[in-house]
Amino acid sequence: MGANGKPRLAVFKLASCDGCQLQILNLEDELLDIASEVTICNFLEASSRILDGPYDVTLVEGSVTTEHDIERLRDIRRKSQTLITMGACANAGGIQALRNLQDTDEYTRAIYANPSYIHSLSQSTPVAAHVTVDFAINGCPISRGQLLQVVTALLNGQHPKLPTYSVCVECKRNGAVCVLVSRRIACIGPITQAGCGALCPTSGRGCFGCYGPMESANPDSLCSKMTARGIPRDEILRLLNGYTGWAEEFRSAREKLEKAAI
Amino acid sequence: MTTALETRTIRLAAMARVEGECGLRLEVRDGRLGDVHFDIYEPPRFFEAFLRGRSLYDLPDITARICGICPVAYQLTSVQAIESALRVEPTPEIRALRRLLYCAEWIQSHALHIYLLQAPDLFGMDSAIALASIQPDLVRRGLELKKIGNDLMRLIGGRSVHPISVCIGGFWKAPQRSELLKFRGRMERALQLSIETATFVSSLKPPEFSANYECVSLFNPEGYGIDNGRIISSSGLDIAVGEFEQVFLEEHVAHSTALHSVRAERGLSYLVGPLSRINLNYSRLSPSARQAADRSGIKWPCFNPYAGIVARAVELVQVCEESLQAIDLYREPDPPRIDYTVRAAEGCAATEAPRGLLYHRYRINDQGLVQSARIVSPTGQNCRRIEDDLRLLVSGILDRTDAEIVNACEKMVRNYDPCISCSTHALRVQFIRR
Repeated sequence: MGANGKPRLAVFKLASCDGCQLQILNLEDELLDIASEVTICNFLEASSRILDGPYDVTLVEGSVTTEHDIERLRDIRRKSQTLITMGACANAGGIQALRNLQDTDEYTRAIYANPSYIHSLSQSTPVAAHVTVDFAINGCPISRGQLLQVVTALLNGQHPKLPTYSVCVECKRNGAVCVLVSRRIACIGPITQAGCGALCPTSGRGCFGCYGPMESANPDSLCSKMTARGIPRDEILRLLNGYTGWAEEFRSAREKLEKAAI
Repeated sequence: MTTALETRTIRLAAMARVEGECGLRLEVRDGRLGDVHFDIYEPPRFFEAFLRGRSLYDLPDITARICGICPVAYQLTSVQAIESALRVEPTPEIRALRRLLYCAEWIQSHALHIYLLQAPDLFGMDSAIALASIQPDLVRRGLELKKIGNDLMRLIGGRSVHPISVCIGGFWKAPQRSELLKFRGRMERALQLSIETATFVSSLKPPEFSANYECVSLFNPEGYGIDNGRIISSSGLDIAVGEFEQVFLEEHVAHSTALHSVRAERGLSYLVGPLSRINLNYSRLSPSARQAADRSGIKWPCFNPYAGIVARAVELVQVCEESLQAIDLYREPDPPRIDYTVRAAEGCAATEAPRGLLYHRYRINDQGLVQSARIVSPTGQNCRRIEDDLRLLVSGILDRTDAEIVNACEKMVRNYDPCISCSTHALRVQFIRR
């Protein structure tokens, strides 16, 4: 708590698109009320006032891709009572983790004229690979509703809780017809955590896993069901290798599927 | 305070109220300004490299992740590049809905920049949240306008950050006419708020500053340059989008993970964004936007970067008025997307992201897998121009304290609404060694 009795809030960004912290500013109806309940110590996108830690609540967006960011993150962790990660980058390495199985030096050479100017780790990794994370808000981007739930819980001294069930539950709630069963469209909604409101299946396309693996997901079973419905292996692999593709559950399902084909 | 022959380095480690992470480094040697570096240290994310081997179906969704503030710009530029490669011609209904989605993105992005990022500078405050304590109505107006833009994006795209409805050939799902008509009242409100915004920013007198800009933007006789057109400049350039790479080059410099763009022939900087667009598209402004531009007290074309906020507000009026008209004329695209056949091909496209010209080029194989990708972001194109402006600015105020100089530089950089996430998507290069 700060001297004014208000919790001290910080928002930090690592490698990311800015979309998750933008969701804070996209809480247009609630932003000023939330801001009046906290002391914002660090939120570069929104404020040029910077107060050093300690912080009661810290929100971190983005994945770890440089040595410098590892050091920064450790420092942030030391100063934070509760550290919360926001989004697919912070929780699973993000879309930029597509490079993890590739040769980053080759990437740098392919792209930058002077590779020696670029200091980048070979992998894009989640925050939890480096420091302890107290709670994770998933999504690419995170949902404003879930963000609000978590912030409200913390301001009231409660432990935040978010649904751990799959996108399928949201589809049923929307009364949407299953795209996998009825139209044989590849969909990883059955193993993806809810939160988006089943946007893609409701629009007639398959879920591509923005929210990452749900609790106790069974990707192998889903893969064999999709294969049995005639969905090409490459398409299944592509879905599992997306915005949260570096998450352990999706990665190992991919490895098994690749081995099975040999 | 500094004396005439002092040597010092002025640094700003992290700039606030810009999208993404950047800093400044200014070298003063013997009382004279040396290097001016707009440092972009945001880590590279290698989009163009990892796009290789991905299916063309993934392009709009993956490229959206380059930027959370302007995902639609990336989605629409990538699908149009592929459609140009495969000679897919979306129907007028599909084009109209895409343009409406793009307008919605401009509304939220411009409102965000004017009210949440730049307005605090105008009142000497740290943030819009702090500003709300002395100017609550002003901040609430900005938030309301931003929300209408975001809600229209949600109506068409499912969500405002990384919408899910755009695909090659059209839309996965298009909204019903009745849904859009229900939104009409809110768009009328947005138009009113945008006109109030233009009146407000026009009441501020921009600091004197003038530079010799080459303004670059899209131009299309059919309407304000947003989603397609030829690329023109204030120096008489007039090229098809396919000639982009012959005219503009990217350079790799040590202090930046964003590549800097320059004009190929003379290696000079150029300017993209709202100011360039109005300078070159003034004749294509909608009636209310023209009125806002004329009432602003600014003489167009204008080469003062501090008038960028006025240009942005005039564009808000433009896209709100256009959206209102598009809602009235809306017919559901049927079918929502048109079929196409995949083959080996190469194509490019350019659109106007809220921050300026955005160029994509892709080569795909007969399986529809991406072989090469090139993406040139607006902020990458403005980086060199930003450094040129900082040099001009700082040369005239070297007698001030470091803190004052840094503050003046930050304000100058914010004029450009730089988006660092966009600029460090990283990149494929043709370069000139320095």
